[in-house]
Amino acid sequence: MRVNFTVNGRPQQADDVWEGESLLYVLRERLGLPGSKNACEQGECGSCTVRLDGVPVCSCLVAAGQAEGREVVTVEGLADHARQRACGTGGTCGTSLDEAKGWTADGTDSQTGEGAELSPVQQAFIDAGAVQCGFCTPGLLVAADEMLERNPNPSDADIREALSGNLCRCTGYEKIMDAVRLAAARQSEGV
Amino acid sequence: MPTNGVPTKITQGSGTKGGIGESTLRPDGTLKVTGEFAYSSDMWHEDMLWGQILRSTVAHAEIVSIDTAEALATPGVYAVMTYDDLPTEVKHYGLEIRDTPVLAHGKVRHHGEPVAIVAADHPETARRAAAKIKVDYRELPVITDEASATAPDAILIHEDRDDHHIGHVPHPNIVHRQPIVRGDVAAARERADVIVEGEYTFGMQDQAFLGPESGLAVPEEDGGVHLYIATQWLHSDLRQIAPVLGLPEDKVRMTLAGVGGAFGGREDLSMQIHACLLALRTGKPVKIVYNRFESFFGHVHRHPAKLHYEHGATADGRLTHVRARIVLDGGAYASASPAVVGNASSLGVGPYAVDDVDIEAIALYTNNPPCGAMRGFGAVQACFAYEAQMDKLAAKLGIDPVELRQRNAMEQGTLLPTGQPVDSPAPVAELLRRVKAMPMPPERQWESSEGADVRQLPGGLSNTTHGEGVVRGVGYAVGIKNVGFSEGFDDYSTARVRMEVVGGEPVATVHTAMAEVGQGGVTVHAQIARTELGVTQVTIHPADTRVGSAGSTSASRQTYVTGGAIKNACELVREKVLELGRRKLGSYHPAWAHAELLLEGGKVVTDAGEVLADLVDVLGDEAVEVEEEWRHRATEPFDLRTGQGNGHVQYSFAAHRAVVEVDTELGLVKVIELACAQDVGKALNPLSVVGQIQGGTTQGLGVAVMEEILVDPKTAKVRNPSFTDYLIPTILDTPTIPVDVLELADDHAPYGLRGIGEAPTLSSTPAVLAAIRAATGRELNRTPVRPEHLTGAS
Amino acid sequence: MDFLRPASWEEALAAKAEHPTAVPIAGGTDVMVEINFDHRRPEYLMDLTRIGDLYEWEVGDDTVRLGASVPYAKIMEHLRPELPGLALASHTVASPQIRNRGGVGGNLGTASPAGDAHPALLAAGAEVEVESVRGSRRIPVDDFYTGVKRNALAPDELIRAVHIDKADGPQQYSKVGTRNAMVIAVCAFGLALHPETRTVRTGIGSAAPTPIRATAAEDFLNAALEEGGFWDNGKIITPSVAKQFADLCAAACNPIDDVRGTASYRRHAVGVMARRTLTWTWESYRGAHRTTEGAA
Repeated sequence: MRVNFTVNGRPQQADDVWEGESLLYVLRERLGLPGSKNACEQGECGSCTVRLDGVPVCSCLVAAGQAEGREVVTVEGLADHARQRACGTGGTCGTSLDEAKGWTADGTDSQTGEGAELSPVQQAFIDAGAVQCGFCTPGLLVAADEMLERNPNPSDADIREALSGNLCRCTGYEKIMDAVRLAAARQSEGV
Repeated sequence: MPTNGVPTKITQGSGTKGGIGESTLRPDGTLKVTGEFAYSSDMWHEDMLWGQILRSTVAHAEIVSIDTAEALATPGVYAVMTYDDLPTEVKHYGLEIRDTPVLAHGKVRHHGEPVAIVAADHPETARRAAAKIKVDYRELPVITDEASATAPDAILIHEDRDDHHIGHVPHPNIVHRQPIVRGDVAAARERADVIVEGEYTFGMQDQAFLGPESGLAVPEEDGGVHLYIATQWLHSDLRQIAPVLGLPEDKVRMTLAGVGGAFGGREDLSMQIHACLLALRTGKPVKIVYNRFESFFGHVHRHPAKLHYEHGATADGRLTHVRARIVLDGGAYASASPAVVGNASSLGVGPYAVDDVDIEAIALYTNNPPCGAMRGFGAVQACFAYEAQMDKLAAKLGIDPVELRQRNAMEQGTLLPTGQPVDSPAPVAELLRRVKAMPMPPERQWESSEGADVRQLPGGLSNTTHGEGVVRGVGYAVGIKNVGFSEGFDDYSTARVRMEVVGGEPVATVHTAMAEVGQGGVTVHAQIARTELGVTQVTIHPADTRVGSAGSTSASRQTYVTGGAIKNACELVREKVLELGRRKLGSYHPAWAHAELLLEGGKVVTDAGEVLADLVDVLGDEAVEVEEEWRHRATEPFDLRTGQGNGHVQYSFAAHRAVVEVDTELGLVKVIELACAQDVGKALNPLSVVGQIQGGTTQGLGVAVMEEILVDPKTAKVRNPSFTDYLIPTILDTPTIPVDVLELADDHAPYGLRGIGEAPTLSSTPAVLAAIRAATGRELNRTPVRPEHLTGAS
Repeated sequence: MDFLRPASWEEALAAKAEHPTAVPIAGGTDVMVEINFDHRRPEYLMDLTRIGDLYEWEVGDDTVRLGASVPYAKIMEHLRPELPGLALASHTVASPQIRNRGGVGGNLGTASPAGDAHPALLAAGAEVEVESVRGSRRIPVDDFYTGVKRNALAPDELIRAVHIDKADGPQQYSKVGTRNAMVIAVCAFGLALHPETRTVRTGIGSAAPTPIRATAAEDFLNAALEEGGFWDNGKIITPSVAKQFADLCAAACNPIDDVRGTASYRRHAVGVMARRTLTWTWESYRGAHRTTEGAA
C-alpha cells in the first residue's frame, strides 16, 4: 500500500508498504531516516520515540497505515522543531540543519560538528556526557524535548517520570538527568 | 566530581588543549544526538536482501531431517542454506574452542540454535520462508545442571572433544576446571574461632545492549566480502569468519559499524558468518538485524553460578582461610567459559589478604543457553558470594562489616591466592573508608506537604505504598577485577598514527581497529594524541581490519592497551618529527641538539619552554607515520593443579554503599542511593570515567533486584526472551550514584591508568543485597532477589 | 494482509461485518507487538484511529461515556475527579509513550488478565458499549471477561465506548510489578467506596484467568460496615475487619506461577493491597465525611 504523511515538515510518500510494517520501519528503511532506533519493537524501550501529531509515541507500535496524513517529528528534525518553537510559529529564523562534520575531533570537542545546529537538549546531552553508545539517545531526546516543552522547570521526579519509558543500558541515567537539568536551566536563561 | 589522591606524572601536554585529564567531549556526540551516527542496523545498500535465521524450537534433539524446498520456492527468496551448504571443511567457530556449529548439524544443543538461514527481498518474506522450513527433531533428555551433566549415564554435549582442556577436566561435560590451592587450609581451619558457610546462587544475566545484533555483508568483485558489523573485536571475528567462508583473511574486509552497546555480548560471533554466507551465495548485499526476541538467543549471557563458600576467622576478625567451590553453567558451547573459570577462581576470595585458600571453579557444558562474556565475568559471581560471606562473618563476630573488610583488606604487596603479588596500589581499605564517609541520603524523601510522592517509594508509579511497611537498609561491598587478558594470553594492540599538515595546521590521524562500543575510547584516543603530539586537530580513523588488531573491547583493557599502543606510536612519531626538525632546522638553533624537546601547542619547544619551530614548518609537505604493536607485561597461565602463577596484569578496585528502602510487606525495593568509590589510577577523561562507573553500577543493581533470564529446568527453554519479561532498570529504578574517584597511579601502566569499566559492576550487586538483608533481616542467598523472596510467600 | 481504513464508525461496523476476522487496531500497543514478533498475521488489520468519536468522552449525570480509544494520558489529565480509580490505573500503564496511545478499548479487546484498566472498571462499575451492524448492546463489565484473553464480543462486534459510573466516593488502585515503572502487573487491585449505595466494590487483576471481583470480600465488608455503622460514624475500620477483608480478597484469587511471579506471592500481595487501599479510601472518606459534617 501507499502511505503519505509529513516528516519533519516535509511531505513524504512511501510505496509498496507491507500492511504489517510499523511507522518505525517505514521511517528507517523506506524514507532514509534511521535516527529513530529499533531496540525492542514492543514499546518497552522508547528508542523509537517520535512525535506523532505532537505526541511522543513508540513508532514501532504505530502501524504504517495509521500515519497516513499525520505529522511526524523524528530526532532528525528535532533541531528544526526546537528552533521553530523558540521563534514562534513563523519558522523563518535560522538556517536548516547542516551536515555534521563526521569523525574529526578538533580539540575543543564541545564544538565538534560545529555547523550542525542543535536543539538545547541535544547540546546538553553532549555537554553533560549523557551519550555513550547513543542507541537510546534519539528516543530520549524526543521525549526530553517534549517534556521541557510542557514543563520548563521539571523537578527530578518529574524528569524521571517523563523518561521512564526510555531505557538506557550504558549511563545509569545520572548523566541523562544532568543533561535534562542543564537543558532546562539553559532554556530558562534563554541561552 | 570529588577527585582525590596522589597526582601522577603526566609526561607532557599541559600546554595542549584537549589532552589527557580533561573532560573533553565525545567526537561522535553530534552525530549521535542528530540521529546521523550509522549503527550496524542502519546500514543500507541498493538491492540488498534481508537475512533471517531459523532457530531450534527445542533445546536438545537429534535433527532427523530438514526440508527447505517450500521455503526455497517462496517468491522473493534468493537463498536458503543449511549445514550441508557450507562451502568448506571448517564448519565451526569459537572464541577459544571451535565447538560452535555455524549451522546445526546432526543435533541441536540449546534452545534457539541456528539451523538454517534465508535471504529474501523483504524481512517479512524471509520470516515467512524460514517458517516454511520443516525440521524434524528427535528430542533428547536435557542436561541442565551439575548433577545431570556429570551423572554416570549423562549424554555428552560434545561427543568428540579434542580441545586443550579435555585432558584435565574430570568429565567431558565440564569445559574447564581450575583449582587454586595455597597454604594449609586444614591447619588454618584449626585456628579459626568462627566459621561461616554459605550456598549462593547467581542468576543468568543478559547484557541487554540496546542495539540488537546486526550487520551488512557486501560481496566484492574480487570474490571477497566486506562486512559492516557491530562487534567488540574485529580481528577475532575475522579469524573465525574467513576459514568458514574459505577465503583468505585479506578477502574478508571488516569495518566497524556503529555499536549500540556490548558489555561482553558481542565478543562471540552472532550473525557475521550467516550474512557473509548469504551474500556470497546470492551475490547481493545481505543485511541481518535481530529483533529483541532473537537477540536473547543471539548472544551468550552471564554465567549463572552456584557458589559454596566457607570462611574462617579469628575472634579479632582476621581471615584464617577461605574454601570455595564455584560451579558456572556455560551452557551448550564453550565461548569464554575457560577465562570465566580463571577469573572466578583466581579472584575468588576477593580483595582480601588470606594465606590459606582452597578454591575450585568449573564451567559446565549443559543444554542451557550458552554463557560467556559479560562485564566483570567470573569476578562478578564470586564477589556476590564472598561479600555475603564477609557480612555473615561480621555478624557472627560482632564486628562492623566495613571494619571487618578493612582489617582484611589487601594492600600493595599482598599475595593473591595464586601466589602473585599485587604490585600496584590496592587502596581497598581507603575506598571503603571513602564510601562510608559520604553523606547519607535524607530519610523519608518521599514525604511532601501533598502526601507521599509514590515515584520515590518502592513500587513507584504503581502506587503500592504511601509509606506502609517501608524500612531502610544500608549495605557495603568491595571487589577486585583483573584488567586485560590474563593467563599468558598475548594481549596486544596496534596503532597507526600519522602526522601531517592539512589546511595549514598540523593534524594527527589515529587509526586502530578498536571497537568503540560506547565506552568513549575514541574520545580518549584523541586526547592521548593531543598530549603526545602537541596538536589540536586529531582525526580518528574508522576502525577496520586494514590496520592490525586492537584486541577486544573487553576486560576493561582498551584505554590501557590500545591507549598504550597509541601513546607508544605517538612517541615514535614524535621522535621522527624531531629528527625531521633537526635535519631541516637544526642548524638554526643550538637547542635542537638538546635531548629534551617537546611538542606542545603545535610547536616544538624545549623543556625550558623556548619555542624552536612551528610543527607546520617542521613537517612541510611530509607526512610522518608509524604503525606499531604494543603489549602490556606478559602474564603466565595458572598451574592446572595448584592455580599458582602470575596470571594477571593489573587490578581494578571499587567499593559501594547501597541505601535501599524496602516495602517489607510486598517485597518491593527502591534503591535510594548507590554511592561508589573507585581507584582509577589516572582519569584520562573524568567525565567518561564517572559515566562508566555509574553505568556499571546500574547493571549491578539490575541483577540485584530484577534481571534474570529464566530457563525452564524441564525443557531448557528460555521463558522470558523479551523486554516485557526480562526487566532492566528504568530511570525510576536507578538512584543517584555519587562517585568518589581516587587516582593512585599504577607505575606499570600508561599514565598510571587503570582499566575501569568492570569493577563497579562487581560490588554494586552485593552492596544492594546487603542493604536489603539489613532492611528485611532475611538471609537472601540468591540474586536477583524477587518480591516473593522478601515476603516469605514463595 | 489488508489494511482497512474506515473513515467512520458505520464504515468500521460494515467492514467488521464483512470481515469478522479483521483485527481492530487503535493505539497498537498490543496488536503491533504481536505483529512485530510474528505471533499474529491477521488477514485484515482495521485502523480505528480515523474515527474521531472513539477519542471523545462525555461526562453525564451518573456516568462517564469514555470513547474506546481515549488514551490513558487523557484519562489521567481530564477525568481524575470523575474516574479516580481509572486515572490511577492509567498512570500505572507502561510508559508515557504507551499512555499517549493506548486506551481502555484495547485493554478490553485484548482482555488479558493483566490489563491495567480492568480492576478499576470492576471496582467503579461499568458497562461496555459494543456494536455491530446488527445493533448495539451494553455488556456489564462483570460479564465481559469470559476467559484468558477472551471476552464477550461477537465476531462482528466492535467496542465503541465504556460507560463508567462516576465516583461517588474515594477510589484507589495499586499494582505490583518487579520494577518501579514500565512493568506488567504481577497482580493489581482496585477498590471503590460507593457511599450512595453504602457498598464497596473491588477488582483484581492478574491473579485469576480473568479480571475478577472479590465478591465474598465485598459482601463481608458491606455487612461489617453496615453493622458497625461505619458509613455514618466515620470511625476507623477495625483492624480485624480490614484483615478479614484482605484475607477474603486473597482467597478470591486463583493465580498461577509464571515468569512474573508465583501464585502464592500473588495471593499474598493482593491481600496487602486490599488492606492498604481500603485504609487509604476509608481515610479519605472519613476526611470528607468530617469536612461535610463541619460544613453542615
